[in-house]
Amino acid sequence: MEHSPPPFFKRGPTPLVRLLLCSLLSVALLISDARYQYLDGIRQAIAIVAYPLQRVAAAPAAMLHRVGEFFVTQSALRNENARLAEQVLQNGAVLQKYRALAAENAHLRELLAMRQRFPESTVVAEVLYSGRDPFTRKIVVDKGSQDDVKAGRPVIDHSGVVGQVTRVYPWLAEVTLITDKGQAVPVQNLRNGLRAVLGGTGSDGQLELKFIPLNADFQNGDELVTSGIDGIYPHGLPVAVVSNVERNAAYLFARITGRPVAGVSSHGQVLILNRDVKVPERPAEEEKSPRPKKSRRSS
Amino acid sequence: MQPRDIAPHEILLPVRPAFIAFTLIAALIVNFLPWPEPLLAVKPDFVALVVLYWCIQQPRKVGFAAAWLMGLTMDIADGSLLGQHALAYSVLAFAGLVLHRRVLMFTMRNQILHVIPILLLNDLIVLVIRKLAGADFPGSGYFVGSLFAGALWPVMCYLLKLPQRPTPDPDDV
Repeated sequence: MEHSPPPFFKRGPTPLVRLLLCSLLSVALLISDARYQYLDGIRQAIAIVAYPLQRVAAAPAAMLHRVGEFFVTQSALRNENARLAEQVLQNGAVLQKYRALAAENAHLRELLAMRQRFPESTVVAEVLYSGRDPFTRKIVVDKGSQDDVKAGRPVIDHSGVVGQVTRVYPWLAEVTLITDKGQAVPVQNLRNGLRAVLGGTGSDGQLELKFIPLNADFQNGDELVTSGIDGIYPHGLPVAVVSNVERNAAYLFARITGRPVAGVSSHGQVLILNRDVKVPERPAEEEKSPRPKKSRRSS
Repeated sequence: MQPRDIAPHEILLPVRPAFIAFTLIAALIVNFLPWPEPLLAVKPDFVALVVLYWCIQQPRKVGFAAAWLMGLTMDIADGSLLGQHALAYSVLAFAGLVLHRRVLMFTMRNQILHVIPILLLNDLIVLVIRKLAGADFPGSGYFVGSLFAGALWPVMCYLLKLPQRPTPDPDDV
C-alpha cells in the first residue's frame, strides 16, 4: 500500500471536485450525443483505437471455429454436401422461373414507362460479436466504410431481414436488429397485401405490428414481407410470421405479435444490400392547417 | 473491531505503470470477447472491476482520467450513448478513491461486501441514463453480473498482486 504524503504537499483538486468535473464532462457528452450529432468525429477516432482490441477479442472464437471445422467428420461433410446439392437444384428451378419473370417484369415496366428497379450489389460480412449492451439489440460486423457500406443499408441473411446498418466505422459497422425497440420495418401481409409497420419489442424473437385497427385481417401464420415503400428495404424480403393476434375492444389497436423469420440473434454471416435508391424528392411541406386533427388514413 | 477482522499488511514491490495499462487493456479485451448468449446476461463488467481495483490499490496512479477514458472506450465499442460508462466509471473511481484506506483494512470477505454495492451503483447509473434515453428495463438479471464480479474480487486481487510480490532471494540468510 502506498502512503499518502502529508497534506502540505500540493495534490491538486479534491476528489469531489474531480468527480464533479468528470460528471459534467460526461453529461455534456451525453446530451450532445443524444440531442445533436456533433460527436461523430470523436466516435470515429476512438473507434479506430479500439478496433485492434476488438479484433484481438474476436480472434479466439474465430480460431476455435476454424479448429472445429478442421475436425469435422467425413459423414457430416457428405451429408451437408448432399443437402447443399439438393438445395442448389431447388434454387436453380426457382431461379430459372425468376429470370423469366424478371425479364418479363422489366419488359412490362418499360411498356408502362415505369422507373426501373435498380440492380443491387451485396457485401458478405462476418458477425464479429453481438452487442453486449442489454438495452439494445445490435451486432457488429467486420465490413465498414472501406467496403462501401453506408448507414441505412438493409442487412439480410439466407432466410430474411436481419436489420439495418445504423453506424459505420472504417472497418466495422453496427447493425441494429429488427428486434431492437427503436427499429421499425414497413411490411406487407403476403396473404392479402395489407401494409403495416413492424417494430421490435426489445426482446429476442418477438416483433410487434403497430397501429393495426381491431378489425384488420391478420391471422396466425400470416407471412409478412417488406413492402418496399420506404425506399430502404427492397420489396418482398421475408421479415416475420404472425404468431399471436389479440383483439381486445378495450384498446384502440389490435395487439399482433410475430416472430422474425431470419435467425436474428444467431448467425455467423450476414449480407449487406448495397442499393442506391433514387427516391424522388419529398414534396414540399404543406402549410400547417389550423386544425391539426385529420382523419386517420387506413392502411 | 476484532483483531481477526484486520487484514494482514503485505509488503509489496512498487507497481509498474506499464502493468497497470496492460491490465486495463486486458480487461477491455475480456469485455469485448464474443460471450455466448446465456453467459452474456450475467457477465461481470471486468473493466469496472479492474478500474475499481486500481483506484483502491493505487489511488495515486489510477484515478479519474483513466476511469473516464476507459468508460469512453466502452461506450464506443458498445455503440451506446457516448458518456454513460464514462459517467458511471467516474463515480466508481470516486468511490474507490474515497474508500481506499477503509477497504484495505478489511479481510477479503468484507472487502467483497464493499465492492458489490459500488459495482451495483455503477450498474444503476447506466440504467438510469438508459431509462432517461428511453430504453426499457432489461430485467433484474441485469444486476447479477455485479454479484459475480464481487465473487471474482479475491481471485483478481491475487492475480494482480502477483507481479508485486517480492521473489525470495536464495542468498538471503
